Amino acid sequence: MSTRKALAAALALACSGAFAAGPNLGKPITPAEMAPWDISIPPDGAGLPLGGGTPAQGEKIFAQKCAACHGENARGGRNATLVGGDKIVNMDSTRTIANFWPYATTVFDYIRRAMPWPQPRSLTDNEVYALTAYILSENKLIGPDDSMNSETLPKVRMPNRDGFILRFPEKIQ
Amino acid sequence: MARTRPSQRRTDDLIPAAANGLVDRRAFLRGGAALAAVTGYALAKPAAAEPLKDDPWSRVPGETVGTYGLPSRYEKKVARTLSNPNGEPRTQHARTPHHLLNGTFTPNGLHFVISHAGNPDIDPERHKLVIHGLVKRPLVFTLDALERYPMVSRMTFVECGGNSAPLFAHDPIQATVQALHGLSSCAEWTGVPLSTLLEETGIEAKAKWMIAEGADAPALSRSVPLKKGLDDAMIALYQNGERLMPGNGYPMRLLLPGWEGNMNVKYLRRIKLVDEPAMSYYEARTYAPILPNGKAYRFYFVNEVKSFITHPSFGHLLRGPGLYEISGLAWSGNGRIAKVLVSADGGSSWAQAALQDPVLPKAFTRFRALWRWDGGPAVLQSRAWDEAGNVQPTRAQIVAERGQSARTPPVTAFVSQHYNGPTSWAVDAKGEVKHVYA
Repeated sequence: MSTRKALAAALALACSGAFAAGPNLGKPITPAEMAPWDISIPPDGAGLPLGGGTPAQGEKIFAQKCAACHGENARGGRNATLVGGDKIVNMDSTRTIANFWPYATTVFDYIRRAMPWPQPRSLTDNEVYALTAYILSENKLIGPDDSMNSETLPKVRMPNRDGFILRFPEKIQ
Repeated sequence: MARTRPSQRRTDDLIPAAANGLVDRRAFLRGGAALAAVTGYALAKPAAAEPLKDDPWSRVPGETVGTYGLPSRYEKKVARTLSNPNGEPRTQHARTPHHLLNGTFTPNGLHFVISHAGNPDIDPERHKLVIHGLVKRPLVFTLDALERYPMVSRMTFVECGGNSAPLFAHDPIQATVQALHGLSSCAEWTGVPLSTLLEETGIEAKAKWMIAEGADAPALSRSVPLKKGLDDAMIALYQNGERLMPGNGYPMRLLLPGWEGNMNVKYLRRIKLVDEPAMSYYEARTYAPILPNGKAYRFYFVNEVKSFITHPSFGHLLRGPGLYEISGLAWSGNGRIAKVLVSADGGSSWAQAALQDPVLPKAFTRFRALWRWDGGPAVLQSRAWDEAGNVQPTRAQIVAERGQSARTPPVTAFVSQHYNGPTSWAVDAKGEVKHVYA
């Protein structure tokens, strides 16, 4: 290839946006290989796993794996209560799942990635669904027999969903 | 208690700049006589009035030089304060001792740390960074691979969104600048621009956000606008020239200059490009300051323009009237510091402080001012402007917009976030420094 042709080819490659600045040492990875780490669950529930769980199932798991820190029946212990909470009025208000968290998916996402504190990501997806159902039920955000799964969880309407103001909208778009 | 002594030199040629003893900043620029007349902030005891002699350490060979240097054993008090020294199952905070440091960059061992479940012990050879989601080519990078990419260095601060939260308390809490503002530090970070890696993966048109996630126990994750990712975000590998400290994200962290510390995800293992934010725990629940009407701010990305005086400050003692240097730190997540004013009368009159070079965007800037203390009461305060035209609000303005606590909680509590108002230090006739609201 002549120098001019090589330069033109390099320029075309650079302009295509691919392979431009770096030495291209990233290795391809497939969604299947990625799956164990791909755990973020947004408000629309995209990526929620198969399975499900009920408040009754969650109550048993909670007593066994969560109550040591969050107290009997999730009413608070060494760490935060997960039930109740007065209406948010100002910065002295205590933020709880019921009075503050805007999306139920965050409950599932956070339990699955970070709990229980000494053994994160040791729960099965069914256990996470059941614990989520238990906490939402104790807060009367769902009925006592409602099962949580990929269909039902994103539909749970949290009371404070519209309680937020974007601080810097111009930084997003 | 640290002590400072006034200069004994003649200072008649210094020009007053504001009431209660503030001297014109051009004294710094003139150099020579005026500058030499100032001792600055001195912790040393006065020289003894007796003949000089060799002390014992001057008459024997010293210690063998070690492989990794540590400060003098006389500097043990220059240390971080810990909120959870026994590692109980909750968050740990380690705060930077700004009142015992000078200059602008934070030594790595004193950089603030917030750790939600301890520092992970990551083997750098096994750590991976994956970029996936709305990209054309999902890719995984090892640390070895990233080492071969073109790198950049930039000096920038990292500040917790909850830094300075004690100033929301109803009454001024008597605490050091370390306790009040120690969750902010500044370092030279070196690494690979994120935009370089995103060029390699390609970006789908629908992508608007990226979810960054760590390899720590809670897999801490935050949503970041892709716009910031393509602007000045970096995969940081080095901190002040050496590999990141374990508390600061070893072996790699996302660096988002000027943005809320928690978003600068440590132990970075995954970036997923998405069309909507994840609303993860820390953005949905924690870093959402509540306003007086019961609504809360969402995505308070930017650490806005802030300054405070570090010398003198609570815990320092002034030993008699005379000339002192006032110095402190200023920064803005919106760019360079443009101007800092200081007051010695609680904000009634102001003098312009000298800004010490280099004045870098989104980095600590050291300001200095000369002050002739007459031995009477004084209230010292600073106020900063950034190059984007933002000014540090008064405390009254913050309270009007954001509210304040009806209580005076413990100094370690986080009643709200993103306080960037002034800090005021009252000096009394004994030379003691107290925290006041002014």
